[in-house]
Amino acid sequence: MIEVEQDLMVSERKKKPFRWHVLVFLAPAVIVYTMIMILPLAETLRFSFFQRDTTTQVVSFVGFENYIKLFFDPYWVEPFLNSLWNNCYFFLIHMLVQNPIGVLIAALLSMVHLPGKKLYRTAIFMPTLLSFVVVGFVWKLMLSPLWGVSKGLMKSVGLGSWYLPFLGKEETALTTLSLISVWQFIGIPMMLIYAALLSIPDEVIEAAECDGVTGISQFFKIKLVLILPTIGIISILTFVGNFNAFDLIYTTQGPLAGPNFSTDLLGTILYRTFYGQQLQPGDPNMGAAIATVMFFIILTGVAIYLFFIQRKLTRYEM
Amino acid sequence: MKHYLSSGIAASLLLGSASFAFAASELTIESWRNDDLSIWQETILPAFMKAHPDIKIKFTPTAPVQYNAALNAKLEGGTAGDLITCRPFDGSLDLYSKGYLKNLKGMATLDNFPDSAKGAWSTDDGSATFCVPMAAVIHGFIYNKDAFAEIGVEPPKTQAEFMAVLEKIKEDGNYIPMAMGTLDQWESAAMGYQNIGPMYWKGEEGRKAIVAGTGKLTDEGWVKPFEVLASWGPYLGDGYEAQSYPDSQTLFTLGRAAIYPSGSWEIAGFNRDADFKLGAFRPPLPAEGDSCYISDHTDIGIGLNAASPNAEAAMKFLEWMGTKEFAELYSNAVPGFFSLSKHEISLSDPLADEFISWRKDCQSTNRSAAQIVSRGTPNLWNEMWVVSANVINGKQSPQDAANQLQKGLSSWYEPQMD
Repeated sequence: MIEVEQDLMVSERKKKPFRWHVLVFLAPAVIVYTMIMILPLAETLRFSFFQRDTTTQVVSFVGFENYIKLFFDPYWVEPFLNSLWNNCYFFLIHMLVQNPIGVLIAALLSMVHLPGKKLYRTAIFMPTLLSFVVVGFVWKLMLSPLWGVSKGLMKSVGLGSWYLPFLGKEETALTTLSLISVWQFIGIPMMLIYAALLSIPDEVIEAAECDGVTGISQFFKIKLVLILPTIGIISILTFVGNFNAFDLIYTTQGPLAGPNFSTDLLGTILYRTFYGQQLQPGDPNMGAAIATVMFFIILTGVAIYLFFIQRKLTRYEM
Repeated sequence: MKHYLSSGIAASLLLGSASFAFAASELTIESWRNDDLSIWQETILPAFMKAHPDIKIKFTPTAPVQYNAALNAKLEGGTAGDLITCRPFDGSLDLYSKGYLKNLKGMATLDNFPDSAKGAWSTDDGSATFCVPMAAVIHGFIYNKDAFAEIGVEPPKTQAEFMAVLEKIKEDGNYIPMAMGTLDQWESAAMGYQNIGPMYWKGEEGRKAIVAGTGKLTDEGWVKPFEVLASWGPYLGDGYEAQSYPDSQTLFTLGRAAIYPSGSWEIAGFNRDADFKLGAFRPPLPAEGDSCYISDHTDIGIGLNAASPNAEAAMKFLEWMGTKEFAELYSNAVPGFFSLSKHEISLSDPLADEFISWRKDCQSTNRSAAQIVSRGTPNLWNEMWVVSANVINGKQSPQDAANQLQKGLSSWYEPQMD
C-alpha cells in the first residue's frame, strides 16, 4: 500500500514531458493556412482602411471613409445595391432550378432499371469539369444570333418567334446566365443527392412498402425527408459559390457586366474597382472595402444557415 | 569559405559592370508592340543606323498585358532601357510625375507635331512634354466596295446621305447595312460616339472646353451624336444586342455586312481576311458645308528614360523620329498606325492612304474622354460605353444619356462642378 502511494508521488513529481509531436504535426497546416487564408484576410481588412491620394500618391489611414463612401455616396451605393440584388436573384434562380432538377436527375439515376445510367451520369457531370472561360465562350457562341444554333433549334420545335438575343437584353441576360451556371454545376448536387439516395437503407424502404407507401408518395414522404440535410449543404455551397461568382459574367459580358449593368454581380464590381480597366485606374483600397463587405455578407449567410436552418433539420439515423 | 564568397561577389560585380559597359554602347527601346518586332529590326532601325553608324539600337518588346507592370519594375530597379514606349495620357503621365521620363520640352523635333498629338504626352498645364508622338489611329467607316457597286450607292458625305445609303442597303436586303454590336459596349462608344462625335462637338475645341469646364456634356454638340447613334439601331442587323466585337469583324469580312464603323487599326486584319474590295469614308458631316473633324487618336509615343546613361545618343534617335523619313517608314510598315507628324506622306496601302488623306481637310482630335476627365469615379469613358450602348438599344434617350454623363463628371471633376 505504501509502495503504491510512493509510486504515485514519484509520478506526480516527474513532470509530464511536453508533447512536441503535437506542435510538429500541427505546424505545417497552421503555417500554410495562416499564410494563405488568415494573413490575406487580415491584410484585406487593413487595406480597406487606407486610401491613396490621387495627386501625391501617398497612402494614408482614412478609417471608415471607404465604407462610408460605399454605403452613402450614390455613385457607389447604387451599383453596389444593384449588384447585391442581382446576386440574390442569381442565387434564387439557382435554388429554384438547380435543386429540383438535381433531385429529379438523382432520383431517375437511382432507379435500378435505367439503361445507360453511367453514360447519363458522366454526361451530366461533364460541364462541371469545364473552365468558366470555356463554358462562357461555348454558350455565347450557341446563343449568338449570328452563328448560334439556338435560333435554329428553337425554330425547329416551333418556338422561333420566342427567340431573343438572350445575352444582349437587359430583361433576359441575368436569367440566361443563371441558367447557364446551373447547367454547369448541376453535376455536383446530382452526385451528392444520388449518393444520399443510395445510402438510404433497404429496410426503411421495405418498411414503407409494408405500410403501403409506394411510388411518388414514398419519394416525397420518405426519401426526400431523408436527403434534406444534403440539400441543405448543397444550398449553402451554392450560396457561397454564387456570391463569389465573377468568371462567367466576365467572360460573356465583359467587366462592365452589360447590358447596362444588368448582370453586374458583387464579384464584377470588386474586379472593376480593384484592378480598374481601360482608362479607369484601379483603386485597391476601395476594392478591399468591397471585398470585406462581400466577406461579411457571405459570413452572415453561412451563419444564418448554421444556426437557424441546420439546427432545425431533423437527422435520421440510417 | 569566406575567400570563395568574396571572390564570388567580386566576380559578379565585375560581370555586372561588364554587362553595364556593354549596354552603354547600345540603346534599348522598351515597347509593348511585340507584333512589330520584325518591322523594327528589319526596316526602321537599320534605316536609322545607316545614317548614324556610331549608334546601335535594340528593340526589346514585352507582351502588351505585361508591359506596364514589367516597365514599372524595371524603372524602379534601374534596369529599364534608354527609350521608353509611352502609352497615351495618364499611363505615361504617371511615369513622368514619378521622375522616370525626361522632359523633352524645347526639342526642335517636337515642332513637327500638332498640339493635339503632343497633348497625349504633356502635363495637364502643357508645361512639359515627355514623349515624342509616334502613331495614331483614325476613326472612320470601312465599306464593302463590291456591295456598294452592286446596290448602286456612293460613299456618303453628309449625315442625310449616310442615312439614305443605310436605307437603300436595307431595302436591297442582301447585306446587313452596318456591322456593329452592343454586347461589348465599347464598340458603341469607340466606333460610334467617338467616331462621329468630333463632327458635332467640333474636335479639340469641344474637348478642351469640357476639360476646362466651359462646356458641358449636355450641350447640343454632345447630345447630337447620341441622336445619330439612336438612329443606327434598325440598321445593325438581327440580334445586334448580343453581337460582340469579333462577331462584327467576322460579319464584315465574310461579306455579310456592307459598312463597318471602325478605325484604321483594322486595316491589316481586314486586308488579310476579306476577299472583296475595301474602301473607307470619313464620318459624315452633320450638314453640307460644315467643317470637318476626325478622331485621330494618339496611341504610341517614345520618351527618354531619365536615368539613361546614353541620353545624347537617345536624343538623336528621338530627333530622327520627328523626320519625314521616319513618318513614312513607320506608317508604311504598320498600316493603320499613322505617324503623328505634320509631314505629308504617301502610303502604299490604298485603304491606309484614304484614312490619312482626311488629315488634309479635317482637324484632328483625341478621344474626348481620354485626357484628365476619366480619372475619377464614375469614370467618364466607362460611362460612355454604357450610355452609348443604351442609346443604340433604345433603352435611354440621347438627352438622358448626356445628362447622365454630365452628372457623373460634375460629381468629382472640379472645373465641371456647379
